[in-house]
Amino acid sequence: MNLPGLLETREAHGETTFWVEKERLLEACTHLRDEEGFTFLSDVSAVDYLGWPGAPRDVAGYYGTVGGRETGAPGSQGLARLPELQPLRRFSVVYHLLALRPGAPRLRLQVWVDDGESVPSVVPIWPTADWHEREAWDMMGIPFEGHPNLVRILMDDDWEGHPLRKDYPLGGEPVRFSGEE
Amino acid sequence: MAIAERPEARASIYEGTRIPSPIPTILQVPEELRDSDDVIQVNFGPNHPSTHGVLRLVVDLNGEQIVGLRAVIGYLHTGFEKNMEQKTWWKAITYPERIDYVSYQNNELVFVLAIEQLLGLETPEKARWMRMCLCELNRLHSHLVWLATSALELGVISMFWYCFRERERILDLFEMVTGGRMHTRYFQAGGLAEDIPQGFFPEARKFVEWMPKAVDDYEGLVDRNKIWLERTQGIGILSADDAIALGQSGPVLRASGVDWDLRRARPYLAYDEVDFDVPVYPNGDVYDRYRVHMDEMRQSVRIVAQTLDRLEDMDGQPWIADDRKVVLPPREELHTSMESLIHHFKIVTEGYRVPEGQVYSVVESPRGELGCYVISDGGPKPWRVKFRAPSFLATAAAPTLMRDALIADLIAIVGSLDGVMGEVDR
Repeated sequence: MNLPGLLETREAHGETTFWVEKERLLEACTHLRDEEGFTFLSDVSAVDYLGWPGAPRDVAGYYGTVGGRETGAPGSQGLARLPELQPLRRFSVVYHLLALRPGAPRLRLQVWVDDGESVPSVVPIWPTADWHEREAWDMMGIPFEGHPNLVRILMDDDWEGHPLRKDYPLGGEPVRFSGEE
Repeated sequence: MAIAERPEARASIYEGTRIPSPIPTILQVPEELRDSDDVIQVNFGPNHPSTHGVLRLVVDLNGEQIVGLRAVIGYLHTGFEKNMEQKTWWKAITYPERIDYVSYQNNELVFVLAIEQLLGLETPEKARWMRMCLCELNRLHSHLVWLATSALELGVISMFWYCFRERERILDLFEMVTGGRMHTRYFQAGGLAEDIPQGFFPEARKFVEWMPKAVDDYEGLVDRNKIWLERTQGIGILSADDAIALGQSGPVLRASGVDWDLRRARPYLAYDEVDFDVPVYPNGDVYDRYRVHMDEMRQSVRIVAQTLDRLEDMDGQPWIADDRKVVLPPREELHTSMESLIHHFKIVTEGYRVPEGQVYSVVESPRGELGCYVISDGGPKPWRVKFRAPSFLATAAAPTLMRDALIADLIAIVGSLDGVMGEVDR
């Protein structure tokens, strides 16, 4: 497969992942839909890698702590080994594609993106991406360039913050009479 | 922006036949009607018995004609995905079944399959077949609830009582096997939580014999009812191309003439070892979606009967994998074996660790392609869990189906999409 903008290919757990350049995402998607038959977009997800084990700590903030998940501390529920994957940026946007033919071949397309950077919208290629991308914006705060209607979908219109980010506090709603006023 | 400089990147834009433009999920009032006094905007929901939960539809009406439609969701958003990141893998299994509270076992299955795929864990044959048996019973349960409520909305009140009579028998079976009538949490990573109880097979056999007659009864209630036919035939049409472009799956996709079922296209569990047909209907209207649901109920009964045949021969076989790092040791060993006690303690308090990686596991739930995208950093908790909910996308397609519909059709169309708002909002 001659995928435009291909950065890296990974095979793991019986699934194939392609990392592509963000700037050439639309080219890659159009190629996959028209040339390879991946007419069905299953899912669009966004992932926050803030505090990912082994990543530089200067930006960490897992579960509202400053130091991130300390994997080596005594009594911590640490990892057996550090993960191989090293995130290139804080966020990743993930597209799961499906071809409607026998064997149901699937593949995963991934782009890296920093906080505040936008990703080109794939709504012109697969209309089903409309709500998926709105959800990714709502939950992770990733803007989609060219989306026709990028507004919040699950949270209230006037909600502050993006709840699925790793630095979004749990129990984030202010409680009355709990501090000095 | 680099995108704009590459015209070829935007050259090929999908042109749906009825998908609204430019926003695929909003039907906008036509230009010539926008300033008209005849068009009124009505809020349909969020609390309305026909919305299957708390769905709000903002409808623009020109007389009885729907000229604009926008769906507003999120009223049931409970942050399941965020919650699951805070729980150990072992505890997180409890959450998915609450996402789609009508097809809970399929939801549980998709998450458990994802864990097993990351762990590389083999499940015993008996567990695979029992999971299949319960998932098909669950599909029957889900279709019964769908038929009961959507027929009720179209005025077939008696259908509700008959469907809930059979639903009750399915819940009794679940209770017998798992101890819970809903949200059973019977699937563990590695197999089943407990062995199948003795009295299950005779009761399940009785149900399998009874159920096809019940489906005949349901069809007898409405199949030649002129009101039913006129309210469902030719209403809410979705073409095959539009259905694929809008990411539809399950009964909605198959009623639009696309022969696609994940149980057959890429069999999981033991679906390649059972006989069943995939019903496909060509017209893509409300009536065809009803037909697909009815035929699927018959096929599910067929599958359940075949699983019972196999399971009855598996008496005494293991129902869960023998991997003490992941699976709880048998209860009685805790009194005699130090190692078992330690394993039990470690799994319950810390949870087991799942190797680093990401998987997208997928099953054919009663509503369609239910996907679960799971990322693990190698620790005892999921890094990220994302559910691909089929009714989320079915609800997104509502404006396409609502083209040229009347206000009374809206109820029939929303009902036929089989949306469960817990799953839409997660």
